Amino acid sequence: MRIPSAILTLVVGMALVLLGQWVANDVNLLPESASVNAPVYDELFRVLVAIGTMLLVGITGVVIYSLVRFRRQDGDSQDGPAIEGNLSLELFWTAIPAVVVLFLGIYSYDIYDRMGGMADLNGHGMAHQTELASVRHSEPDDENRIWGGIAPAKSSGDVIPVEVTALQFAFIFHYPEQNITSGELHVPTGQTVELRMKANDVIHAFWVPEFRIKQDIIPGQPTVLSFTARKAGDYPIVCAELCGPYHGGMRSHVVVDEPDAFSNWLEANTPATLS
Amino acid sequence: MTIATPPSQTPEANLSLQPTGWLKYFSFSLDHKVIGLQYIVCGFLFYLIGGALAGVIRTELATPISDFVSRDTYNQVLTLHGTVMIFLWIVPVINGGFGNYLIPFYVGARDMAFPRLNAVAFWMIPPSGLLLISSYFIGGAAQSGWTAYPPLSITTPAMGQILWIVSVLLLGGSSIFGGINFIATILKFRQPGLKLMQMPMYCWAMLGTSILVVLATPVLAGTLILLSMDIVAHTGFFNPASGGNVVVYQHLFWFYSHPAVYIMVLPAFGLVSEILPIHARKPLFGYVTMVYSIMAIVVLGLVVWAHHMFTSGTPPWMRLFFTIATAFIAVPTGIKFFNWIATLWQGRLALNSAMLFSCAFILQFVFGGITGVALAQVPFDVHVHDTYFVVGHFHYIVYGGTVFVIFASIYHWFPKFTGRMLDEKLGRLHLALTFIGFNLCFAPQHWLGLNGMPRRVAEYDPQFTLINQISSVGALLMAISTLPFLFNVVISMVRGTPSGPNPWRALTPEWLTSSPPPVENWKGAAPLVHEPYGYGGPPGVMDLNQASGRDLWRNEP
Ligand code: HEM
Ligand SMILES: [Cu+2]
Ligand SMILES: [Cu+2]
Repeated sequence: MRIPSAILTLVVGMALVLLGQWVANDVNLLPESASVNAPVYDELFRVLVAIGTMLLVGITGVVIYSLVRFRRQDGDSQDGPAIEGNLSLELFWTAIPAVVVLFLGIYSYDIYDRMGGMADLNGHGMAHQTELASVRHSEPDDENRIWGGIAPAKSSGDVIPVEVTALQFAFIFHYPEQNITSGELHVPTGQTVELRMKANDVIHAFWVPEFRIKQDIIPGQPTVLSFTARKAGDYPIVCAELCGPYHGGMRSHVVVDEPDAFSNWLEANTPATLS
Repeated sequence: MTIATPPSQTPEANLSLQPTGWLKYFSFSLDHKVIGLQYIVCGFLFYLIGGALAGVIRTELATPISDFVSRDTYNQVLTLHGTVMIFLWIVPVINGGFGNYLIPFYVGARDMAFPRLNAVAFWMIPPSGLLLISSYFIGGAAQSGWTAYPPLSITTPAMGQILWIVSVLLLGGSSIFGGINFIATILKFRQPGLKLMQMPMYCWAMLGTSILVVLATPVLAGTLILLSMDIVAHTGFFNPASGGNVVVYQHLFWFYSHPAVYIMVLPAFGLVSEILPIHARKPLFGYVTMVYSIMAIVVLGLVVWAHHMFTSGTPPWMRLFFTIATAFIAVPTGIKFFNWIATLWQGRLALNSAMLFSCAFILQFVFGGITGVALAQVPFDVHVHDTYFVVGHFHYIVYGGTVFVIFASIYHWFPKFTGRMLDEKLGRLHLALTFIGFNLCFAPQHWLGLNGMPRRVAEYDPQFTLINQISSVGALLMAISTLPFLFNVVISMVRGTPSGPNPWRALTPEWLTSSPPPVENWKGAAPLVHEPYGYGGPPGVMDLNQASGRDLWRNEP
């Protein structure tokens, strides 16, 4: 007895969904997630991987099946059926990608919003930044939002500001409140850090893969990037924009400490003020 | 214009004006077929140079430290590699090469609309290419990548950057001349009686591409002229030190360069639409939706450029808009892929090199399209922008897509070019090596990008060594894979099996003449093909000499 093709299609479809789920959830393609917005990012990534795997494996399967099943025998010079199109089928596969990308768009917009990305980041000077932060403060659903990533941070008041200067081929971090200047970034867990970045010569980019954040540092246009670290550790800071011959060597570290250890570091490194 | 020359005069005119034999390929020939082959061969030579440059890159990256070439040289090499591959290999070959050879056939003309402009457009390419490459030897080539972002491009040595700009301007000019010519030929040189909706799909692809070329390339030209003034005259258009804005350059650059990626891939879509029906012995599925999707891609392709700038401090509304516009390009693109697969379905597929290269294209482009839609999502892109993930994405599109189609097309049209078949065994060896090498080289790069390796670096974190070495081995395989291809072309040209006029039993007009075709394309009247894809019929009833199966199919329930 032949199995009806509707059932076969259903089974294949379900297998694809399972495969997509499995790859998305059980194959780890990302580095450690060490900031508050990284898990949000990873959620989006898993959805993308699941959909992508289903599409890729499904289409590959159909192409290979066709190549095997419909291959021409030697000496066969007949033609296939003269099917020139099928309107409902074509509408169907116009609709599928349309629905998928619409869903993805809405979903990733939501993710981006949760990461704080929809806030204006072209701070026109610092005054505007603080103004923005106070606007955020009055928002009702402040509590549930995960700030971090790209926007002014959860405005609990105690944002740690750090001035970042990028130049060929190094990052320089300056803590204005303590007047510490350092070649590596130190931040505590659980507290929002706001990087105010400017470049001296060419465009650089600040990237911490474990935080899933990146922002170009643009000469003539200061940018702001904020994040909240979640896990103590030592993570690379990578320049991601071609900036000259030593671009590949333009790297630094961000050391994430527990709050106590961080205060110690601050104290130990605060320059003695001339009194 | 020579098109209207009466046949009786053609031979003398030819003898007196143009060299014959192989010499004509080195002459200022006005024959679109000669020009097409000039583009293809010239492009292939540059491909070998670009490939050698890629070899330098992958050798350097086999170890995590910078030890093979100096850091300056490395940046020159990667700039030259990108520029050569885009402006001297893919764009000229997929547009100028196949476009010139095929479009006059497809519209039933004896030549392009402006044959002299056509020859000028081709002959601008070798000097610009040589200029670009020679810049390496006179003071060093440009070092700021093929994107030439200021202020880096303003502060690196001026000589190399200026030569780069001049060369890209000339190549852009050549591309505009070509584009105008294709638009005129397709719209105005169609044989009387050939309706737009009866043209082979490649004509539509070239029409769409040429519209993009004509609209977008002038913007690139203007941008590069401003950039060169910043460099030589110390103006401040893009130089923040003089009050300029670096992000404006990025907008202008990508306003051209995103359409440019469609300039590189739409013609490939067209060529695949020609190849698949012939080797599947079925009509092209969904002609009308194919045409509309090409036009949708052209329109959408013009409004997605800022997806290259999600980390450049663009305002939120802009990121939202460009995410949506970009993701929606996947819809018309998806339609085309489903239509091709439907063309294969129930066909009688000849598994020859042309077909297999086309199918590899489908799979690889689908993968590149999936990573593309992912990249369109701002939060995802913020992490992987300017990393090896992006390098993986666009090589899947440009190499796995377009270059595979160029090879498929060479296997498909070589019999027409030369009158001889390419060897199938060598062809499949070529396919297997390229397919394995390509995927080995570029698939792992996605992982590298996700895990922290930025692009355009000569040195990297040692934890990535193994994966980079795998990638380099893939690159080596790709380099090796060109050997059977070159060998195949050379021996088949001399003693390949003679193909006869129409070895594939195809219906499109270029096959309805001798191989290689005469100067005037067809002896006697040009055939008027209303159904370029009229293959097929119920099994056992149809054969090529009979009418197309369309009527029978129409009557079926
Ligand atoms: C489904 C359609 C596609 C989508 C949604 C898409 C999306 C994207 C996005 C968002 C980027 C920016 C990534 C970044 O720099 O962070 C990108 C880069 C790129 N894409 Fe695509 N893409 C698609 C198809 C194509 C095609 C057809 C081509 C070429 C034929 C192409 C070639 C490129 C190139 C060359 C880059 C990198 C440019 C560079 O920075 O040097 N893409 N793509
Ligand atoms: Cu850099
Ligand atoms: Cu683009």
